[in-house]
Amino acid sequence: MIIKRIKNLFISALIITLVSTAGLKASEECFEGISRSVFKFNMVFDDIILEPIAKGYNKLPEPIKAGAGNFTSNVATLLSIPNSLLQGNIKQVGHATGSFLINSTVGILGILNPAEKIGLKPHREDVGQTLGKYGFGPGCYFVLPVLGPTTARDSIGLIADSLLDPFAHVTIQEKELFGMSGNSVDYFSVKGTAAVDFRSDNITNFESLEKNSIDLYSSLKSIYLQDRENKIKNSTDTQDDWGNLDN
Amino acid sequence: MKKLSILFFLFVVNFNTNAIPYSTEPQEFVNELVNDAINKLSDKSLTIEEKSKYIEKIALENVDIKALSLYTLGELRKSSKKNDLKNYQIAFEKYFLKSLTSRLSDYSSSKFEVTDFEKKSANYTIVNSKVTPGEGDPQILIDWRVYTKQKDKPLIRDLIVEGLSLARTQKEEFASILSSNNGDINILIKKLEEFSKK
Repeated sequence: MIIKRIKNLFISALIITLVSTAGLKASEECFEGISRSVFKFNMVFDDIILEPIAKGYNKLPEPIKAGAGNFTSNVATLLSIPNSLLQGNIKQVGHATGSFLINSTVGILGILNPAEKIGLKPHREDVGQTLGKYGFGPGCYFVLPVLGPTTARDSIGLIADSLLDPFAHVTIQEKELFGMSGNSVDYFSVKGTAAVDFRSDNITNFESLEKNSIDLYSSLKSIYLQDRENKIKNSTDTQDDWGNLDN
Repeated sequence: MKKLSILFFLFVVNFNTNAIPYSTEPQEFVNELVNDAINKLSDKSLTIEEKSKYIEKIALENVDIKALSLYTLGELRKSSKKNDLKNYQIAFEKYFLKSLTSRLSDYSSSKFEVTDFEKKSANYTIVNSKVTPGEGDPQILIDWRVYTKQKDKPLIRDLIVEGLSLARTQKEEFASILSSNNGDINILIKKLEEFSKK
């Protein structure tokens, strides 16, 4: 009971702090010194835990890796359905729902991805993106332990995700949905696998970035912010600020 | 006279073999340039040093490194002293080439294909392409920002990999270094030089 109250208090304080900084530009930092320290911690965490696991994971047979990637993507689609609906993107609601239903049944609990073969390609949507679609700016930028880069808007979104996500509903909150339920171990196992899958896909990219960056913290910040902009726009068209270059 | 004409002939031949002529149409230009680079990188008869030299050469001829250096410096390019700017551009070029050649092995087995292009303005065309790094690997979408002000000499100004602009990433990285060093361009130059010496 006390822990739940402290948790609620912490979340409220975080939301108040973050909302008050939501007007700031994304390039502005909430607390750069702390973020850089957390970033260093995350790099150590990556070196000792995540990267070795990702390298081991890459040695698994391709069908196992593909199956794990498909399974975690299929679970993530559950969060995209309500977010696409909140964004008024009915076509994407159809893609996400159709994809989840087909992959969960024909695709054997999401291990296979037959939905893609019939043209169903749902976008990944979360509450941070939905807030962005509603016109909320990113607010200031900071780094979370283990979870990595975020902004004021995206961290509020992250908390809201756990309330909106049907998978979190049946696992973390241990509630029943269509006769199914799980626990927090299921939730963190799936999220952990998704993180390892992502990291293993980006071993070379990350090594190259690490090798060629003068300030890796800033490079990753730029990449994170560009990626979030693209995901909110559902487009890869980059901003054109070359026009004023007098050459 | 005969000697002179032989010398002139050798000069012309040498000049033509040094400058690699690519198409002036942006999409063809990118296609020819990248496939040429991939062919060289996968040529087993060449040493790593020879490959690096070749890639440096085509980068110097076909990437607008000067414009890229100015873009990545942001607004500071307008207020910097001429001499500082010159030193920065020299340091940036070395940094750029070093960073480019250190990634060569990543691309040697890639398959490249131009898929589309869009003329954004008189000065810019975006060429869309896809790269398959290896057998069974997922495709990577790469857009090329080609500067077309000089019709007979298109130049690459940016690579946008899966929507992430390399020039913008570089610009924001430099901005962070400058901001934590009171906008001192000399510290940035020093960091670029240190990187090139690694």
